[in-house]
Amino acid sequence: MQASVKSPARHSKARHQPANLVELRAGEHGVLERLDLPQDIARRLMELGFLPGYPVTAAHSAPGGDPRVFRVDGSEIALRRETARHLKLRQQPIAAD
Amino acid sequence: MSHCDDCALAAARPAGNGQGTRTVAIAGPPNCGKSTLFNRLTGLRQKVANYPGVTVEQRVGRARLDNGREVTLVDLPGVYSLEPRSEDERVAHSILTGKMQGVPKPDAVLLILDSTNLGRNLMLAAPILAMGLPAMILLNMADDLRARGGAVDTAALSKQLGAPVVLISAIRGEGLEPVFEFIAGDSGAPTPADLPPLEDVPQCRAWAARMGRRASYLPPAPPIWTRRLDNLFLHPVWGPLVFVAVVVVVFQSIFTWARPLMDGVQGLVTWSGRWIGAALPDSPIRSLLIEGVWGGVGAVLVFLPQILLLFLFIGILEDSGYLARAALIADRTMAKVGLQGKSFIPLLSAYACAVPAILAARTIENKRDRTATILIAPLMTCSARLPIYTLVIAAFIPERSLAGPFLGTRAAVLLGLYVLGFVAAFATARVLKSSILKSERQPFMLEMPPYRRPTLRSLALRLVDRSKIFLRRAGTVILIAAIVLWALAHLPLEHGKLPPIASSFAGIIGHAVEPAIKPLGFNWKIGIGLISSLAAREVIVSTLGTIYGMEADARSLGLQQALHRDLTPGGAIALMIFFAFAMQCMSTIAVVRRETGGWKWPAIQFAYMTALAYGGAFVANRLVTAWLG
Repeated sequence: MQASVKSPARHSKARHQPANLVELRAGEHGVLERLDLPQDIARRLMELGFLPGYPVTAAHSAPGGDPRVFRVDGSEIALRRETARHLKLRQQPIAAD
Repeated sequence: MSHCDDCALAAARPAGNGQGTRTVAIAGPPNCGKSTLFNRLTGLRQKVANYPGVTVEQRVGRARLDNGREVTLVDLPGVYSLEPRSEDERVAHSILTGKMQGVPKPDAVLLILDSTNLGRNLMLAAPILAMGLPAMILLNMADDLRARGGAVDTAALSKQLGAPVVLISAIRGEGLEPVFEFIAGDSGAPTPADLPPLEDVPQCRAWAARMGRRASYLPPAPPIWTRRLDNLFLHPVWGPLVFVAVVVVVFQSIFTWARPLMDGVQGLVTWSGRWIGAALPDSPIRSLLIEGVWGGVGAVLVFLPQILLLFLFIGILEDSGYLARAALIADRTMAKVGLQGKSFIPLLSAYACAVPAILAARTIENKRDRTATILIAPLMTCSARLPIYTLVIAAFIPERSLAGPFLGTRAAVLLGLYVLGFVAAFATARVLKSSILKSERQPFMLEMPPYRRPTLRSLALRLVDRSKIFLRRAGTVILIAAIVLWALAHLPLEHGKLPPIASSFAGIIGHAVEPAIKPLGFNWKIGIGLISSLAAREVIVSTLGTIYGMEADARSLGLQQALHRDLTPGGAIALMIFFAFAMQCMSTIAVVRRETGGWKWPAIQFAYMTALAYGGAFVANRLVTAWLG
C-alpha cells in the first residue's frame, strides 16, 4: 500500500530534473555542479556562496519571476534569469533517492 | 579646495602623550554592521574625508580611549573579497596596503563579520590575515546568533586564526571593551594555523568551514521573521502594492507631518526678525540683517524639518533592509532602460541629495553603467528642490482631497514632480545606454540582508549629520549668496539713498535676462532667482525672500501671496518644471567632475539639463496658459 502511494511522487520527481537554477521551482533545491560563466563573474558568484557542491534553494522573486532570490550558504542572493541559467545543477541518477 | 586637510590633520595630530595617533581600519563584507560599529566607536567624532587622486569618499573618525588618547578609525567600503576589481575593492585594498595617498598605512585592522553566517563570512579573514597587520576579528550580531540558537567558541577560533576573536553586538554596544583595548595597544602580527591559496575560492571556503568546525560553530536557525516579511514584501501581488504604498506615504507625510514643524521654524524666524528689527535703528545694517540675512537664510531654514523627515524615511528603508527588496522589485524596470537593480540604490538616495548618490554609484562594477547612473542622478528630485516646490505649490495649488485623507492635490502635484524627474532620468538612461554608453549587460547579484529593526541611535546620527550639512550650507553658500544679493539689490545708491529694486544692479541684471525667460512665463525677479540659484537650488527661495521683502506691500503679504500675485499660473508651473530638470548645484557639478575624472561629463550634463529645463518650462507655460484660457 505504502509503495503505491510513494511511487507517483517519485515518478514526478524523476521527470522534473532541474538542469540549472532557473528550472528550480520556488522552495525547491538542487546541488550546484558548475558555473558556466566567464571567470571573473564566476569568481564573484563563488564569493557570494555559489560554490560547486553546495545546495541552492529557490526562494521569492520579483514580480514576473525575474530576478529570483536563491538561498545558498546561509545567505539570500538575488540573480537575474540570464545569470541563473548558467549555474548548472548536479543531475541525480533516476534510481537514487 | 584642499579636500584632504581633515584627514591629513587627523593623521598628523599628535596624541595627548606625544605619540603619533594610531590608525585602525575597519574592514568587513556588506551588511555585517560595519557602519554601526564605526558609529559606536566614534560617536559624533567623525567626518567624511575625500582623498585626492581617487574617486572615493571615506568616513574617518576618532575613537576616544579611557586614557584620553584618540585613535583614528578609517571605515573601509564593504567588500566580499580583497581582489581589487571593483572601485570599492580597489580602495579597501590600497588603504590596507598603505598605497592610498593621504591615508597613513593602518597600524591594525578590525575585521567585522556577521556571526549568523560565519561560514561564508570567514572567507574574508584569509586575505586580511595574510596581510600580516595586527588584526582583531569581531563576530557581530551576537544577540541575533544567541536568539536563533547558534553558538561559536571564540577562544578556539582565536587559536586557529592566531588573532583575537570577540563576539559583539554593535547595535546594542555589547562586548566592545576588548575592542577598545585592542585599538589602543600594540599587538603583534596574526599567526594563523594555516591559510588557503587566496586565488582559489573553493579552497578558501573549505578553509573557512574548517575554521568554523574547529571552533564548534553552530549556525543559527533561519531568520523566521525575514522569511515571513518577505512572504509579504516579495509577494507577487502585495509586494508591488506595498512598494507603491511606501512611496505614497513618504510623500504625503513630508507634506502633512512636516507642516507644524515648518510653521514653528517660520514663526521663530519671523519673531526673531521682528525683534531685531525693533531693536535696531533704521540703517543699512538693519536692512542687511532683516532683508538679506533673515529674509534670505530664514526662508531656506524653514525647510529643514521637511528635509530631515525625508532623510528619516530613507534611513528607515535602508537600515531595515527593505531597500534591497525595493531594488529587487525595481530591477526589471531598470533593465528596460539598460541599467540594473544596483543602480536603483544610488538613484533612490538621489531623492535626498545627488552628491551621496553619485558616490554610492561606486558599487557598480561596470564603468559605463556607473557613468550613466552618475549622469542621470541629478535628474532625480533631490531635497534641495523641495523648498521651491513647496513654496510654489502652496501659493498656486488649492488643497483638495483626492483619495480621502491619504492623498490631497498638493501632495499629488509634488508626487507628479518626483515622477517627472524619475521619467526624465530613465528616458535619459535609455538614450545613453543605447548610444554612447552601450555595454554588455552585467550580471545582477544582490544580497538580501535579513530585516532588522532600525535603531534610534543610527537614525538620530543620520539626522544630526544631515542637519550639520544643511546648516553649514545655510551659513556659507546661502548666507554669502544672500549678502551678495542684498548688495546687488541695494546698489548703486541714488542720491545717497537706497534705490528701488528695479533700478538696482540686481534689477538691471534681472531686466537684462528677462527677454530670454519671458517665453517661460518668468519675470525679471525670477530671473535674478534663477541666476543666484546656480550656486544651489534652494537659494532661489532666499533670493525671492529678499526681493519681495524689499517691497513694502509685498512684505506685508508674505512670500507665498507675493509670489501668487506676481506670477501667472503658467509661469508658476513652468518654474517648478525648470527646477525639476535644471542642474542648479555647484556641489553636484564638482562631484561629477571628480568622479568622472574631468570636465567632459559635467559640461555635457549641465548643457543637457539646462536645455531640457528651458524646453520643459516653455512647453509647460504654453500648455497651462492655453488650458486656463
